[in-house]
Amino acid sequence: MKDHDIPHTTPRMSATFTNDVNSDIRRAAATGIYDIRGGGAKRRVPNFDDLLFLGASISRYPLEGYREKCDTNVTIGGLNAENPIELDIPITIAGMSFGALSGPAKEALGRGASAAGTSTTTGDGGMTPEERGHSSKLVYQYLPSRYGMNPDDLRKADAIEIVVGQGAKPGGGGMLLGQKISDRVAEMRNLPKGIDQRSACRHPDWTGPDDLEIKILELREITGWKVPIYVKVAGARPYYDTTLAIKAGADAVVLDGMQGGTAATQDVFIEHVGQPTLAIIRPAVQALQDLGMHRKVQLILSGGIRSGADVAKAMALGADAVSIGTAAMIAIGDNDPKWEAEYQKLGTTAGAYDDWHEGLDPAGITTQDPELEKRFDPVEGGRRLRNYLKVMTLEAQTIARACGKNHLHNLEPEDLVALTMEAAAMAQVPLSGTDWWPGKPGTGF
Amino acid sequence: MQTFDLAEKGLRALNSTLQGQSQDTNETAWEVVNAKGSHAIAVGLDAPIEVTVRGSTGYYCGGMNKQATIRIDGSAGPGTGENMMSGRIEISGDASQYLGATGHGGLIVVRGNASSRCGISMKGVNIVVEGNIGHMSGFMAQSGNVVVCGDAGDALGDSCYEARFFVRGSVKSLGADCEKKEMRPEHIAFLTDILAEAGVDAKPEEFTRYGSARKLYNFDIDNAGAY
Repeated sequence: MKDHDIPHTTPRMSATFTNDVNSDIRRAAATGIYDIRGGGAKRRVPNFDDLLFLGASISRYPLEGYREKCDTNVTIGGLNAENPIELDIPITIAGMSFGALSGPAKEALGRGASAAGTSTTTGDGGMTPEERGHSSKLVYQYLPSRYGMNPDDLRKADAIEIVVGQGAKPGGGGMLLGQKISDRVAEMRNLPKGIDQRSACRHPDWTGPDDLEIKILELREITGWKVPIYVKVAGARPYYDTTLAIKAGADAVVLDGMQGGTAATQDVFIEHVGQPTLAIIRPAVQALQDLGMHRKVQLILSGGIRSGADVAKAMALGADAVSIGTAAMIAIGDNDPKWEAEYQKLGTTAGAYDDWHEGLDPAGITTQDPELEKRFDPVEGGRRLRNYLKVMTLEAQTIARACGKNHLHNLEPEDLVALTMEAAAMAQVPLSGTDWWPGKPGTGF
Repeated sequence: MQTFDLAEKGLRALNSTLQGQSQDTNETAWEVVNAKGSHAIAVGLDAPIEVTVRGSTGYYCGGMNKQATIRIDGSAGPGTGENMMSGRIEISGDASQYLGATGHGGLIVVRGNASSRCGISMKGVNIVVEGNIGHMSGFMAQSGNVVVCGDAGDALGDSCYEARFFVRGSVKSLGADCEKKEMRPEHIAFLTDILAEAGVDAKPEEFTRYGSARKLYNFDIDNAGAY
């Protein structure tokens, strides 16, 4: 047989060295710097899509949609605070900093959240007047860097959130690159314009749960015991971290899974540290139950929440509320295909743009460039966020009614089944078609 | 002078009373007795009053202080004067770790020594220590001044930004990106003023200035070994 008669094998790409991996290697070799990006884990991990609601049947009866009531309100921080937060819906807006986001984007988040009857949250960079002014309920984050922290703003807050960790980077700090440090951002952070600003990975004046208890005492004393104090932790060791946060006196625990976004950190950190949101909720609820604090100390779950179905599933597994960041940004216009031509110029595409730290966002959201900011209308952004929050709430209510529940909080694990073994084990609900899940007590597995 | 018995009336009553003082209050002098190492004494004050705490304090005494002068007649626990905005805190004994952490303004004076991480992440506060300071002091310090009449421990000014460190004695080691700097006339003038304000008898000419080499201000892979 002649050489030209030998059939060629089909070119075969490696499952290990994929195009993505190879491009990472080439980029690292060319630059000598690891890849920094925004957002949360992009890899596929077990998630809420792996769960299904059973709905009503002969043994359960449903509630009539559009007629029979299904409440959505939630009270956060009633344990110690004189003024707990009363929300109409259990979907809050997660902390995102002024600096990472533009001023108009922060305004839009406040407008949308307020119109929907929920809270929004500051971020690593302090509280801006426009954010406070447009947020009927504003949670003030108390972060390791303490950028912009001052007692006057602290007393203007409706709640304080002590940030210990973030799902995208448990154990990691942050970096706001110099190109996003405008005069205003620099002034708020007490740093020169144009330099990279490190956000520390741990608090400068306390370490460990015993210190945290004293820190919470100090913050309560400064604010007159008026507002709730949340503790935000990454979903690293949810049982122990929730236990220790409660022990330290937290009014609410914010638990953030690895799909939760960040403004900027190393890609290797985002993809390889932390746990999926689905995996962290049951251990946290168990901790609350073991201490007799479930529904007394509220659990707010975040990390990749996208729809009313996700909200309902989180509630069914024991959360009191959820928090959204990435989804809220998409709602107000982030990664919108209408900017596709400009995403292409940046070497990316709508839906994949995550170089938020570079400050070149075509949508004018994750930037401090005055010209790009002008593209974003905070009033329209706020309207879009309100709409999205309303839809999520309606979706969650639809599911709850189908399960016969007159409040989202009445959803329970018994309403769920899992499509995969992994999801069944993590959520501790039966694998669909069985009455079993891996690790179910008394089953010997 | 108003005397407040902390053991009898409790922390909430103390802070509520002190925080309730107006800008033009006539009750400007306060004495706190039976401090017994309690935490969060005199936090969040915002009036030009003078508070003297008899005995040592626990964590965060004078936290987020504005305007008030707080004297601790004893030693001070961790995080004293944390995130202070203005005013003055004076400690007759020693100060524990994280003194003046993230402080934005005002003056903290320690007659004894200050422990590790003194002035960590500070953002404008001035700290004068008559004795020595511990390791990692001035870590990630952004602005403001630390004046040390004695010695400084390991890794002074590690990863600092625009904060300045003036040390009269020895420095065990400098942290990443911290270097010895020239003492110019404006630094002598600053020291003359701050030492007088702190009530410290020391010659400005005897101090050495340290600060950021500014090599780590923007990430450069060639500096990776410094991290």
